[in-house]
Amino acid sequence: MTLFVASLLIFAGTEWLPGDLASAILQNNATPSNLAALRAQLGLDRPIAQRYLEWLNHALHFDFGTSLANGQVVIAEVAPRLENTLFLAAYAAIIAVPLAVGLGLLAAIWQGSFLDRIINLLTLTVISVPEYFLAYILIHYLTVSLGWFPSLANVNTVTTLAQRLYLTFLPMLTLVMVITAHMMRMTRASILSIMASPYIEMAYLKGLPTWRIVIAHALPNALGPIVNVIAINLAYLIVGVVLVENVFVYPGLGQLMVDAVTKHDVPVVQACGLIFAVAFILLNLVADVVAIISNPRLRYRAA
Amino acid sequence: MQLLGHKLGWTATFGIVVVAINLCLMLFAPWIAPHGQNQIVADAWLTPNSQQWLGTDDLGRDMLTRLIFGARMSIGLALSATLLCFALGVSTGFTAAIAGGWVDTLLSRLVDLLLSMPLLIFAFMILSVMGTAIPVLILTVGILNSAIVYRLARSVAMGIVVQDYVEAARLRGEGLGWIMLREILPNAAPPLLAEFGLRFCFTFLLIAALSFLGLGVQPPNADWGSMVKDLSGMISLGSSAPFYPAGAIALLTIGVNFIVDWLLSIQSRGHGEGA
Amino acid sequence: MIAPSDPLLRVLGLSVQAVDRRGNASLIVDDVSYDLQRGEVLGLIGESGAGKSTVGLAALGFARRGCELVRGSEFFHGRDIRQMPATERRQLRGAKIAYIAQSAAAAFNPAKTLMEQVIETVAFHGLMPVDQAQMDAIALFDALGLPHPQSFGNAYPHQVSGGQLQRAMAAMAMMANPDILIFDEPTTALDVTTQVEVLAAFRNLIRQKHTAALYVSHDLAVVAQIADHIMVLRHGKVVESGTAARILQSPQQDYTRRLVRERASPTEFRKQPDAAPPVLTITRMDANYTKASRTLRDINLTIGMGETFAIVGESGSGKSTLARAITGLLPRATGDIAFLGETLPPRLAQRSKRQLQMLQMVTQMPDTALNPHQSVLDVIGRPMAFYFNHSPAIVRARAIELLAQMDLPESFLHRRTGELSGGQKQRVCIARALAAEPKLIICDEVTSALDPLIGEEIMQLLQRLQQTTGIAYIFITHDLGIVRRMAHKVAVMLKGEIITQGTIAQIFSPPFHPYTEKLLTSVPQMRADWLDDVLANRVTSQLQTP
Repeated sequence: MTLFVASLLIFAGTEWLPGDLASAILQNNATPSNLAALRAQLGLDRPIAQRYLEWLNHALHFDFGTSLANGQVVIAEVAPRLENTLFLAAYAAIIAVPLAVGLGLLAAIWQGSFLDRIINLLTLTVISVPEYFLAYILIHYLTVSLGWFPSLANVNTVTTLAQRLYLTFLPMLTLVMVITAHMMRMTRASILSIMASPYIEMAYLKGLPTWRIVIAHALPNALGPIVNVIAINLAYLIVGVVLVENVFVYPGLGQLMVDAVTKHDVPVVQACGLIFAVAFILLNLVADVVAIISNPRLRYRAA
Repeated sequence: MQLLGHKLGWTATFGIVVVAINLCLMLFAPWIAPHGQNQIVADAWLTPNSQQWLGTDDLGRDMLTRLIFGARMSIGLALSATLLCFALGVSTGFTAAIAGGWVDTLLSRLVDLLLSMPLLIFAFMILSVMGTAIPVLILTVGILNSAIVYRLARSVAMGIVVQDYVEAARLRGEGLGWIMLREILPNAAPPLLAEFGLRFCFTFLLIAALSFLGLGVQPPNADWGSMVKDLSGMISLGSSAPFYPAGAIALLTIGVNFIVDWLLSIQSRGHGEGA
Repeated sequence: MIAPSDPLLRVLGLSVQAVDRRGNASLIVDDVSYDLQRGEVLGLIGESGAGKSTVGLAALGFARRGCELVRGSEFFHGRDIRQMPATERRQLRGAKIAYIAQSAAAAFNPAKTLMEQVIETVAFHGLMPVDQAQMDAIALFDALGLPHPQSFGNAYPHQVSGGQLQRAMAAMAMMANPDILIFDEPTTALDVTTQVEVLAAFRNLIRQKHTAALYVSHDLAVVAQIADHIMVLRHGKVVESGTAARILQSPQQDYTRRLVRERASPTEFRKQPDAAPPVLTITRMDANYTKASRTLRDINLTIGMGETFAIVGESGSGKSTLARAITGLLPRATGDIAFLGETLPPRLAQRSKRQLQMLQMVTQMPDTALNPHQSVLDVIGRPMAFYFNHSPAIVRARAIELLAQMDLPESFLHRRTGELSGGQKQRVCIARALAAEPKLIICDEVTSALDPLIGEEIMQLLQRLQQTTGIAYIFITHDLGIVRRMAHKVAVMLKGEIITQGTIAQIFSPPFHPYTEKLLTSVPQMRADWLDDVLANRVTSQLQTP
């Protein structure tokens, strides 16, 4: 349902808003006659609803048409890029998720300690900084000064996995820093709000040690919120990926989309937008489902 | 130091100083900057020296001057977009909370719709069709962001609406305006203020990101995001030029975030009182 | 070695300090000492903020966030709990000294089954094997009168009722056969009829197992049923202590005397005003929150000018819903309400300004009833400006007059409402209602959030105002004591219906309606043998009705 709405939005956003697609494509070369010709070629003279249904039907069969910029089939262009982006996002997520949840738990257990305050200051700084600034700092030190890692992540189909991991180390590190900071702060906050509940006080009065209380009493209740935090941040990763791919000239979906937007290549923009939206919606769906499973109250209501 | 009867830590003081300086730059850019915005003052790519404190850019324009004018564009844009999204988000959020029923359902569905896609991606698509004129930029970012403000304003107001004093005002026969302005707003102010800071940072970073990707502010105007893009080629040559605008972005967001963090800590202490 | 005569727990000079958010420290428990003997129950009595819960928690060596045990010693089996290493203290908690919290609904972890939580202490401390623990738990569930003891433990906390949860918490506390039980207001959140059952279950348990207990409560009559000794606390200090019988029969201190007298019933009921014309008449009214359910069914009642009409019932009986239907916050489905001779429209928005002005309301929680950002003058002045368009000078003069009627000084005019105490706030709420010069005020549980003595003062104030202004009240309450002392007429509600109504003399004299009798006998009385009598009566009445 949400997905349907999103597809409608994407279509409306690109084709229905004021601003004529044909004149946008032709830019300065627009003459009345070739404008009309292009409109006919794009089918812009047909009713909007009909065009939407056709587009949706094709999209469901992974057919997004051909690129306006180079005439290639969109899906052929998008598929390898999507693979690259998923690889980078997974690479970052595998490292960031355990790191962030672990640090968040530690900060919550030692709330108010020196460690907690240092972590707070650091993460606050990192989330304030634009991704590309972090990326440039990393490039400046790790590439230009030390020469450890390449600044361009120009992978292709023949790159081996080891090479790939090495080439994408800096983009990964940038993403990890950003989402770890976000995730850690949110994990800490959700654990702390649970640690203030009366049943935690009761657990202390039952004579349980802090580690047992955090693991047996706080964590089961925090699971929903934490998974929610992870899902939100993985969704955030999608946005971060766009910027980081551009800094490191990584051939992913984000870079493709930015290129397509500047070239007014509408079919490619639509395809990329739809993929990003699908990922975003799926992650939010997972978060909701886990929230229900981890809470007996909601679980029974659903059953 | 003290403000509003609460102790300011060094982080909050730092934040206030940074924000104050930036606001001055924004308001008085033409009087502070040593040169004109697009004036070519020397050779290209000069390193920092006694004449051009931060050196010059690819066309030989003074970097410091560009930065100061960039402040005007970046902060001005973000501030207008944030004000717009707050005006929209808070008024609709409060209305939904007070009115309830179908008004609430309709507005909330609409907002779910807006939030069903990542903001940046959504902004891409709109800007790709609508063009990147400055009013379009403000409207797009402002409206998309207002969905998030709506959610917060609604949930804060929901908490207040069920309080007995709002019920007392309703029983007295007070109108929507009185309830919104006199009963809810004063009590909703602290969380909304903190959210304003966060929203400003978000908007500011979003616009900078769009500009960085070449989809925001277009030449000859410049904001910090597009300056980073223009200078980014220099990074692999070991130049620190891109760090100036990027650092300026980071500094301002850190400053605002420090203030917000302080505001939130006051609020949470305030809640602790009842326990 | 300790001699057998030594007390189980000896507390000497205990002081607890609290630090507020501005960093000011104050003693919330000041130099409290007591002895607890084996098998003995000590009752701790006091109003909110008296420090009684803090004393209870301190017996476990525990202080809430922002509090600190600063002085004193607590000898348990001759060892000072305060000086013990943390691990040793932890092994004491739950095993030797166990705690039963006020709100079981909040104190049980919502994500785990009751059984997991009940046996957690013994299982974790390795006191007994898990299957043995489960069998013990089932036996305790049975002893506490819980339904289906075999499967009760498989439920999650939200699936059972409040009274059952409170008993499950007692089972949890008893698992390790502790030497001392700490009860922290364990029946405060329950309805009176449930309170009787839970109280009886607690008492049986303590007597059977010969466990010592500290019983913390604000209700002297409840404590009197279970305690051997009573200690009265006020502002963190001990006012008086002695055997339960001595405290009840010959209290030495003035404060204790007022506490004992508070529940005393008047010998005469209030006299009915002479055939007053009706101010509000409800005929055949139904109201509901959703289409499917009928929350209120066939409500009929008439309230006369200058009369106090009480509506009593337990939580969920629909008495507050009735108030919402009268005020129009919940539009009625069918039926009619006549107010001052004209029909009151169902919806709030359809009512005239005059109708709104004539019908005012005072609610249960004074803390949420006043906008904390407004001054007392703002609060009291607004109805006058709104309904009568009075000039600021008149509003101010009237506000001072009203404050005087409330026994509040003029200097309160410019105080923020957030700075006032609960009792003062409730007075401001009453002043706000009176400022509209109404003919009828609905009082929804106006004293239940206040301490007993403060509540009593508010009641006297309301009665005095009625005598001078001739105003009519609807009292929504669960407290039959209030009804008895304050009301002219009463309606008893059960499951959304009025099951019986009439003058106080009719309802509160035999022959009783069976439900009214159950309610009446459930109200704790200031005598030690009240609970025995109630239980004895219930058994005989159950024997009589097959």
